[in-house]
Amino acid sequence: MNDRTTDHQPVHAAPEHDSARSGPSGHLLSQLVAHLREHRTRLQEEWSQRIQQAHLLTAMTPQEMAAETTSVYDNYVEVLETGNVEALQHYARDLSERIIPRGVETHEVVGIVLLLRDVLARSLFEKYQRDFSMLNEVLDAYEPAANRIANTVAVSFVDERERVIRQQQDAIRELSTPVLPVRERLLILPIIGVLDSERAKQLTEQLLSGIRKHRAKVVVIDITGSPDVDEAVANHLVQTVDASRLMGASVIITGLSPKIAQTLVTIGVDLSKMNTIGDLQGGLEEAERLLGYAVTRKEVDSTS
Amino acid sequence: MRQGSTLIASIHTALDDSELVRFEHDLVKQIGEHRSRGVIIDVAALDVIDSFAALTLRRIADMARLRGALTVLVGIQPEVAFAMVRLGMGTGQIPTALDLEEGVQLLAEVAATRNFPSSGSQPQKRT
Repeated sequence: MNDRTTDHQPVHAAPEHDSARSGPSGHLLSQLVAHLREHRTRLQEEWSQRIQQAHLLTAMTPQEMAAETTSVYDNYVEVLETGNVEALQHYARDLSERIIPRGVETHEVVGIVLLLRDVLARSLFEKYQRDFSMLNEVLDAYEPAANRIANTVAVSFVDERERVIRQQQDAIRELSTPVLPVRERLLILPIIGVLDSERAKQLTEQLLSGIRKHRAKVVVIDITGSPDVDEAVANHLVQTVDASRLMGASVIITGLSPKIAQTLVTIGVDLSKMNTIGDLQGGLEEAERLLGYAVTRKEVDSTS
Repeated sequence: MRQGSTLIASIHTALDDSELVRFEHDLVKQIGEHRSRGVIIDVAALDVIDSFAALTLRRIADMARLRGALTVLVGIQPEVAFAMVRLGMGTGQIPTALDLEEGVQLLAEVAATRNFPSSGSQPQKRT
């Protein structure tokens, strides 16, 4: 029944909306929708004012807010009318996508939807104040629909937020453990940022398959960029070193922070097998020595 | 299994415990027969190395050393390597290498440093 857009619709609802829904509550709802459309401008302004009073959506400019409130209002009324939650979900997702990067918080989104609900309910009180039983019936029709909308918007917003977070996590995960071949049979594994057990596990997998793929003999793991690890991860690191040795690669660990060194000593693993060197530069030199490379600086020789 | 002055034993399928024991016997006997200086055990085909297998490999390495040969373990799969470490069953003192080629090279290096006479090879075959 909804082949027409409600954006900036003429003030009076078209009569075919009434016939589209059956039953008393459907009839009431369409009456209600007609009422809300009729007082669209006034109610929307009231709503915007209440939003401003509550200091919500401060991240948005007044123009943006006017545009967003208009479209939210129209969508709200439309969903009240049709009960089509899917369309609302879709809209809420779009909205969230737009406003999340602007730093809009969950409480703000929920807040404005609830404010709208209150504003509309207030106007219904006003309209039906002389007829109490009628008001009751209208509210019976209105409340479940309104609550469903508030619920849907909030859930969509949180979903969208979680989707963004997941996406970012994936991106971080892919970026987080590069295995870089720097010379034939020499790999470098720079670790930057916090190492949690999930990442440590991934690091091990990447490293071991990297050793196989590049036929590495020496691996330098540089953990300068990781200030602290917990005991489980430290232990995991030691196991990774052991596993690498089983695959015939010797591991040099560089850039151990004082804290990590302390952790390693505290958990009491066998450190005699660990080859550690202060910084990445020293580690590379040691690796080159192990592989039999000798790096010499080429003198600029203009005479010969 | 094939050998030069080094004995190369590759395990093709998962071995059960009794087969492992037989493998151990055969290998140690052959070290004597062929006067091998090095043994390479290739476990690339194994998806699982359980504690008994690890123990057997360690025993073989120890026995081989007593009979004058150095054992190198090659071709441990990444997953196997990590699982072994996880379960706390290292390979002890056995040196390891990535694959057969590496293993041969490792033995050659060790032989060079110890100045072993590298005797002529006597190719033979066994299943």
